[in-house]
Amino acid sequence: MNKINYQEIEGSSSGFIALLGILGIFVLAGLGATYYMEHNGHYVTGMNNQIVWGLPHVFAVFLIVAASGALNVASIGTVFGKTLYKPLGRLSSLLAIALLAGGLAVLLLDLGRPDRLIVAMTYYNFKSIFAWNIILYSGFFGITIVYVWMMMEKRMNKYYRPAGMAAFIWRLILTTGTGSIFGFLVARSAYDAAIMAPMFIIMSFSFGLAIFLLVLMLGYNWTNRPLGDAIIYRLKNLLGVFVAAVMYFVLVFHLTNLYETEHHGVERFILAGNTIHTTLFWVVQIIIGSIVPLIILYSKLGRSRMWVGMASLFIIIGGIAQMYVIIIGGQAYPLNIFPGMEVLSSSFGDAAAYHAYSPSLAETVLGVSGIAIALLIVVLGVRVLKFMPDSLADKDVDPHQKA
Amino acid sequence: MSKPGSETSKISRRKFLGTGITVAGMSVAPGVSLINVAEARPLDQPVSSKQRWGILVDANKCSKGCTSCVDACFTENGLNRGDEQHSRPGQKAQWIRKIDLRDKATGHEVSLPLFCQHCEHPPCTDVCPTGASFKRKDGLVLVDKHICIGCRYCMMACPYKARSFIHEELTHQFEYAPRGKGTVEGCTLCVHRVDQGRNPACVDACNAAGHKAMYFGDLKDSNSEVSKQLKMHSSKAIRADLELNPGIRYRGI
Amino acid sequence: MKYLRMMLVLLTVVLLGNTIVLADVPKPVIPKGNAEECVLPKEEMRVDHMNYILHQRDETMHRGIRTKKFSLKGCIDCHTVKDDAGKIVSYKDKKHFCNSCHTYAAVNIDCFECHASTPTAKGTISSTGGKK
Ligand code: HEC
Ligand code: HEC
Ligand code: HEC
Repeated sequence: MNKINYQEIEGSSSGFIALLGILGIFVLAGLGATYYMEHNGHYVTGMNNQIVWGLPHVFAVFLIVAASGALNVASIGTVFGKTLYKPLGRLSSLLAIALLAGGLAVLLLDLGRPDRLIVAMTYYNFKSIFAWNIILYSGFFGITIVYVWMMMEKRMNKYYRPAGMAAFIWRLILTTGTGSIFGFLVARSAYDAAIMAPMFIIMSFSFGLAIFLLVLMLGYNWTNRPLGDAIIYRLKNLLGVFVAAVMYFVLVFHLTNLYETEHHGVERFILAGNTIHTTLFWVVQIIIGSIVPLIILYSKLGRSRMWVGMASLFIIIGGIAQMYVIIIGGQAYPLNIFPGMEVLSSSFGDAAAYHAYSPSLAETVLGVSGIAIALLIVVLGVRVLKFMPDSLADKDVDPHQKA
Repeated sequence: MSKPGSETSKISRRKFLGTGITVAGMSVAPGVSLINVAEARPLDQPVSSKQRWGILVDANKCSKGCTSCVDACFTENGLNRGDEQHSRPGQKAQWIRKIDLRDKATGHEVSLPLFCQHCEHPPCTDVCPTGASFKRKDGLVLVDKHICIGCRYCMMACPYKARSFIHEELTHQFEYAPRGKGTVEGCTLCVHRVDQGRNPACVDACNAAGHKAMYFGDLKDSNSEVSKQLKMHSSKAIRADLELNPGIRYRGI
Repeated sequence: MKYLRMMLVLLTVVLLGNTIVLADVPKPVIPKGNAEECVLPKEEMRVDHMNYILHQRDETMHRGIRTKKFSLKGCIDCHTVKDDAGKIVSYKDKKHFCNSCHTYAAVNIDCFECHASTPTAKGTISSTGGKK
C-alpha cells in the first residue's frame, strides 16, 4: 500500500471563495432568522401549543442523527480494520463534528431563551434524557477531536485504535439517546415504541453515509484530486444496505403498531390520511428516499458517479421527510387524553382531527442554515488542516483489500 | 375563552370579585370551600411532604357551557389582560380549559375542566433538562421560570397537554403571577393563594357560580373535605393507565 | 519588567476610560424608597441586593417560603418612582429605581420580562390577600 499523503485544499480559487460566500450567506440568513424569532417571540413561527417542535427540530435532529452516521466510515476503518476506509477516517470525523455542530446550533437557536445557554450548561436534571444528550454531544465532540488528533499526529498513531473504538461506542450511545428523546414520550402514540432507538441508529448510518459520499465526491471533483472507483463502489453498496435496513425497520415499526389497536388511529393518520404527512411518507420518504435510490445504487446506473450522487441526495431528502413525519406528524396527531371518549369541544384543539402546521420562512431558513453551518465547517476544516488525502485513486488505497 | 373586556368575562369577573371577598372573609357555606386558615403555613416555613394538594372534580355537577373556572383562572393569573395580541389562537396560553366529552359506547355526555394534573410522577419533570419543571414537596408541579430555557420538551411529554409556551413579550403581568416570553407555563394550582391558605381561583369560582363541582384540599389529611369525598364515592384519574398518580381526580367520567 | 509595563498600560487605559465615562454620564440619581429606610442598611443593599433577591427567589420558588423582607414584590412596592405626570414608571423607563444604577453600571437583568415592575393595583383579585 502506498503511503497516504494528506494535504489541505488550495483556497484562493474563485470557486472556493464563491462556495464560502454562498454558505456564509445561508449562515447569516439563519442568524437573522433567529434574531427575528427571538426578538418577536415564537408567534412569528408556525409553531404553537400543539406543534411545539417545528422545522428547526426536523433539521436539527436530522443533522445530529447524520453526524453519528458520518463517523461510520472512520469506524469501519479503525474498529473493523478495513484498510480501504482508513484514508477516509479524517474526513469522516470532520464531517461528523461539523454535522453535529450544525444540528446543535439550530436546536439551541430555536430555544425560547437561547440567552440562557449558561443555564442549560450549569443546571442538570440527570433524569432527563435531554440533559444526558447534552453530555453525550459534548463528549462526542471531545472524543472525535481526540480521535482525529491521534490520526493526524504520528506519535499518537499507536493510540488511535482505542480512540476509534471509544468514538464508535460513544456514537452508538449518542444515537440511542437521540432516538430515546422520542421513545420516552409515553403519552404520544406515535412515539411510544421501543424500536425507536435502534431505528434511529440505522437511520444515522444511512443519512450519514449519504452525506459523506456526496461531500467526498464533490470535494474531490472540485479540487481535481483523483478519486478511484474502488472506494465509491464500496461505499455505495454499503449505502444500499443501510437504506434497505432503514426500510425494514420502518416496516417493522408500522407493522407492530398495526398489531396494537390503540395505535390504529395514528397509523391511519400517517399511512392513509389526507394530510401532507401521508404524502411525505409514501412519496418522499419511501419512493424518492428509499426505493429510487436502491434501484439506482444496485442497477447499472450505480456505475455512474452522477447517479450515485443523485441517489445520495434523494436519500438525504427522504431522510428529512422521514424526520418531518416522525417529529411533526407525531405531534399533528392529537393526544388521546380520554380513551374511549369522543371529544365534542375544547378551546385547546382537543377535538381537532389533526393539528395543522405551516412553517414560516424564518424557521425554514433557520433549519436550512444548520446544513450551511455544517458545510462551512467542513470547507474551512479541509482548507486549514490536512483532512483530505492527495489522492484516493485505486492504486493508492490498497487495491488488494477484499471484503 | 372570553376575550378580554368581552361581556362574559366582565360579568363573571364582577360576580367573581363579589364572592372573592366573601371567600376571603371565610364565611361561605360551611364544608364546601373551607380549608382551615388556622392551618395556613407560616410565611417562613418551607412546604413539606406531609401535605399533598389535590382537587376532586365532580363532572356530574360541572355544567356544560359554564366557564367560570376558566374565566377566574385567566383573571387571577393575568391571562386576559390584553397581552398576546400577536399570538394566533393556537399560540395563546391556556392553563385550564373546558372539554365536552361523549362516551363512545354509551353516548353519555359530560363536561369537565382540564388543567395540570399535578402528578406524583410527572413526565414533565422527568424530561426537563435543567430541572425547571419540578414537583414541590407538597405535590404542586411547577415551572421554575428562572431556569426554563424554553425547549418545550415538557410540552411534548405531558399526557394532558396542560402547558403553554409564551410566544411573545408580555407587559401586563400581575406582581404575584410573573410570566414572560420564551418560557413554558401551566396551572400552578394558584400557588400564591395556596401558600396563603386560600383556594385556587377556579375552585372558588365554581363554588361562587353555585356548581360546587370542585373540592380542593390536602389529600394526605384524611379529615379534609376532598379526602372525605374521595373516600365516599368512586373517582378516576385521567389516563390512569400511565400510572402517574395525578393529584387531580374526576368523578362521573 | 514586561508584566509591569503591561500592567501600567492597562491601568492607564482603565483610568482614562473611567474619566471619559465619568465626564460624559452624570452620576446616577438614585431615588429613595417610600419609607425611611430599606430592609437593610443602604450600603449593604447597594452591594448585596442581588444575592438577597436571588436567594429569596429560590426559597420562594422551591420551598414556598414567602417572607416579605427580600421579596421582589416588596422592593417594587416600596421603590416606586413617578414621572412628571405623576404616574408610576415601569422598568422600561430609565428613571425606574432598579434602572437608576443598572443603566449606569451596564447591568442587564431580565427579571422584568416576567415580573411586574410596578405595584399591582389594589382591588385586583388576589391583592385582597396578595400582600400583607
Ligand atoms: C419599606 C420600603 C423598602 C423596601 C421594601 C425596600 N427598600 Fe430599598 N430602600 C428603601 C429606602 C427608603 C432606601 C433609601 C435608604 C437611605 O437613603 O438610607 C432604600 C435604598 C435601597 C438601595 C440603595 C440605594 C442607594 O441610594 O444607593 C438599594 C440598592 C435598595 N434599596 C434595594 C432594595 C431591594 C433590592 C429591595 C427588595 C429586596 C428593597 N430595596 C426593598 C426602602 C425600601
Ligand atoms: C421567565 C419569567 C421570570 C423571569 C425572567 C424572572 N422571574 Fe422571578 N419569578 C417568576 C415566577 C413564575 C415566580 C413564582 C411566583 C410565585 O410563585 O408566586 C417568580 C418568583 C420570584 C421571586 C419570589 C417571589 C417574590 O416576588 O419575591 C423572586 C425573589 C424572584 N422571582 C426574583 C427574580 C429575579 C431577581 C429575576 C431576574 C434576575 C427574576 N425573578 C426573573 C418568573 C420569572
Ligand atoms: C445602587 C445601585 C443599584 C440599584 C438601585 C439597583 N441595583 Fe441591582 N445591581 C447593581 C450593580 C452595580 C450590579 C452588578 C453587580 C455585579 O456585577 O457584581 C447589580 C446587579 C443586580 C443583579 C444581578 C445581575 C446579574 O446578572 O448577576 C440583580 C438581579 C439586580 N441587580 C436586581 C436589582 C433590582 C431588582 C433592583 C431594584 C429593586 C436593583 N437591582 C437596583 C446596582 C444597583
